[in-house]
Amino acid sequence: MSKTVRQLLPFGSLVLIICVLSAIKPDTFLTSGNFINVLRRSSINGIIAVGMTAVIISAGIDLSVGSIVALSGIVAGYTMVAVGGENPQGSALIIGSVAGILTGLLAGMLNGTLITKLNLPPFIVTLGSMSMFRGAAYYINDGQPINVPNYTYLNEAVYFGVPVSIIIFALILVIAAFVLRYTRLGRYTYAIGSNRQAAFHSGINVDFNLISIYTITGMVAGIAALITTSRAVSAQPTAGIALELDIIAAVVIGGASLSGGRGSITGTIVGTLMISFLRNGCLHLGISPFIQLIVIGAIIIAAVSVDQIARSKAASTQAG
Amino acid sequence: MIPADRTDQQTDTGVALRMTGISKRFGPVQALADVTFTVRKGTVHALVGENGAGKSTLMKVLAGVYRPDEGTIEIGGCDHQFNTPGAAIDAGISMIYQELDLAEHLTVAENVFLGAEIKGNLPFTMDLGAMVDETAELARRFSFDIDPSAIVEDLATGDCQIVEVLKALRRNASIIVMDEPTSSLSESEAARLFEVVRGLRAKGISIVYISHRLEEIVDLADDLSVLRDGCLVHSEAKTQLDIPRIVHHMVGRELTDFFPKRSASIGEVRFKATDLASDYGIRDISFDVRQGEIVGMAGLVGAGRTEIARTIFGVDKKTAGTIELDGKHLSITSPQQAISSGIALLTEDRKRTGLCLELPCSWNITMPNLAAIGMKTLISPAKETLIAADIAGRIAVKWSSPDAPVDSLSGGNQQKVLIARWLLAASKFMIFDEPTRGIDVGAKKEVYTLLNKLAEEGKAILFISSELPELFGIADRILVMRRGKLVGNRITKDTTPEEVMHLAAVEES
Repeated sequence: MSKTVRQLLPFGSLVLIICVLSAIKPDTFLTSGNFINVLRRSSINGIIAVGMTAVIISAGIDLSVGSIVALSGIVAGYTMVAVGGENPQGSALIIGSVAGILTGLLAGMLNGTLITKLNLPPFIVTLGSMSMFRGAAYYINDGQPINVPNYTYLNEAVYFGVPVSIIIFALILVIAAFVLRYTRLGRYTYAIGSNRQAAFHSGINVDFNLISIYTITGMVAGIAALITTSRAVSAQPTAGIALELDIIAAVVIGGASLSGGRGSITGTIVGTLMISFLRNGCLHLGISPFIQLIVIGAIIIAAVSVDQIARSKAASTQAG
Repeated sequence: MIPADRTDQQTDTGVALRMTGISKRFGPVQALADVTFTVRKGTVHALVGENGAGKSTLMKVLAGVYRPDEGTIEIGGCDHQFNTPGAAIDAGISMIYQELDLAEHLTVAENVFLGAEIKGNLPFTMDLGAMVDETAELARRFSFDIDPSAIVEDLATGDCQIVEVLKALRRNASIIVMDEPTSSLSESEAARLFEVVRGLRAKGISIVYISHRLEEIVDLADDLSVLRDGCLVHSEAKTQLDIPRIVHHMVGRELTDFFPKRSASIGEVRFKATDLASDYGIRDISFDVRQGEIVGMAGLVGAGRTEIARTIFGVDKKTAGTIELDGKHLSITSPQQAISSGIALLTEDRKRTGLCLELPCSWNITMPNLAAIGMKTLISPAKETLIAADIAGRIAVKWSSPDAPVDSLSGGNQQKVLIARWLLAASKFMIFDEPTRGIDVGAKKEVYTLLNKLAEEGKAILFISSELPELFGIADRILVMRRGKLVGNRITKDTTPEEVMHLAAVEES
């Protein structure tokens, strides 16, 4: 299997899934309304997956993103109420939103700093911070959700027929793809993930770049938290539970390697959409949500094993 | 080639091991060529040679790790073909590698019986008591002083060696190969190990003893064989052992043509290190390198050469001393600073600390240089590819395209990608740590030509190598390291490989 075929495989599978579902359910599945709906549902996961892609390319992992969504949402909601009273509106909502994004950013910075300065494995640090951030999210409002009835903009605003959450998602995708390809931060992300020692010996400031990557991931999780809050018009400490696993799955289906050095934004989009369309398709076909879980699990394993087989074949032809 | 003057095996002890006509190629590199190696029963047979001479390959063939392309192995008179390390162990071969192979959290007895535990009375259990007893008995028989219940982690390195020996004995080894066993031992531990080796010999076990420390070989060995460039060039018996002659056989080879004519004019002092020290074993290191000068650095593995490079480059923390470049004091605490000050380091292990193997060649070349080639804020992939291709063209890197991943290239070309990286960096002082390791002869020659050219451009070059011929072929001056200290600084013309090897390998008494 050639490299191009391997890279096109996830994309091909996505197209195939869409085609099959369209053929079976042309009247309900193949409608612009349904597609917009799927994209909208993808936006939260997709936005975080962008950060996760960079983290995984750098040979790291961030298990805390789900908890960051909860914590950022709660801080945002808490600030909105603190500034604007029971029924916050206008500037209170904006101040709260900024506070939410800042919270995500700081949480990510904490992850990155612990990972680099204490030289700890990202898995361990973010496993710990996952629990810490979740705990903080519960503690701030004593485990209660914070209602923000007027915080509807991110969920309801529509421009040229496209919901604003999809526009934000698309913007973040474009920026991330650009950063990964055309900036030193992006380049160094690949270098660090491929061979951290070699990157260090090439004069790359490994710590600074890793902290940046985790900080950005925290920040996009903060943005996703605002969309989540807006969707429920309420900030909930239980938001984003197990979200990190869905996101890691999407990134991996998109061809990123957990051992680092490999991955792309396009792959991640494909991975994210594949999971969303499968969910949506199962819904339309009346397949039980329990079966959905089985299917998605199987696809993760299949995607990675096809990739592995292709790689080991490529390696053996090279050696011989 | 020098004919091998092998002594006849006329002794009454008989032959324990005979490897005949062993050849092994790795791609273009002939690692072993028609090697015939005979070990007598109950003797210590020293195997010496420079790095890359083929010692490890020969021993890995013996251990069943590599399959020879040609040749036969005879043990105690029977032919053997090993396909797996397990088969070699069954035939009585045991290897003790430099990096010991022990499970640190287990006890001595558990390690000795690892993989062959004595079964207990209940299913899935083992009889720890019996294992301890048998280990103690084995130790008693060979007069080793070791506690079978001690945890390996708590043992000194010398004792760990003994655990390895016990492991070999438990497998009824008739031939034990020891690879640089004293390299990490103190004097007294080494002396104790020699007693162990003599004890094994007295019980009729044959030892193949690989070491760079020639004085200990003269002390210990009965026979000696010298490998050079994959050929067995010399074998001799105990009575004749003599360090200068061994050294001559190790290093002696034709040096003409292979090296470019040195034509750089040597100028002012460019790089100067004074009283350098680090926590990694180097101390009081002072030397300078002039413009256009290639200074070679010789020494055994572990003598501290790489540590000097790492300290200068800001990888290891400098605990004392100063560094000057063109008369300016530098305080370097990271490779980043070293590079921006004009220092380059081609690291010794290109896979571990050099290349990002799955990334494109062009990315690897521009990695430390993005800011220098005007891509500090934005990378222009098209321009980047052009720059990489241009610099690589100067040293004739063979690749399918600059976008090909580095791991699709041969070893020699991978090394050239790394060299291209530092060419692009246009540093003033360049450290090359073993730049020719693991690359074939043709690529080596190109590296020498390149070093010469860089010197002509006025760069100061520190060239670390374990191969004396290339040091003598290309360096203007040779520094010699031994155990973390600089013990020699000789003009190449005024010294000999024998003198350098002597300085590097022989402890002054």
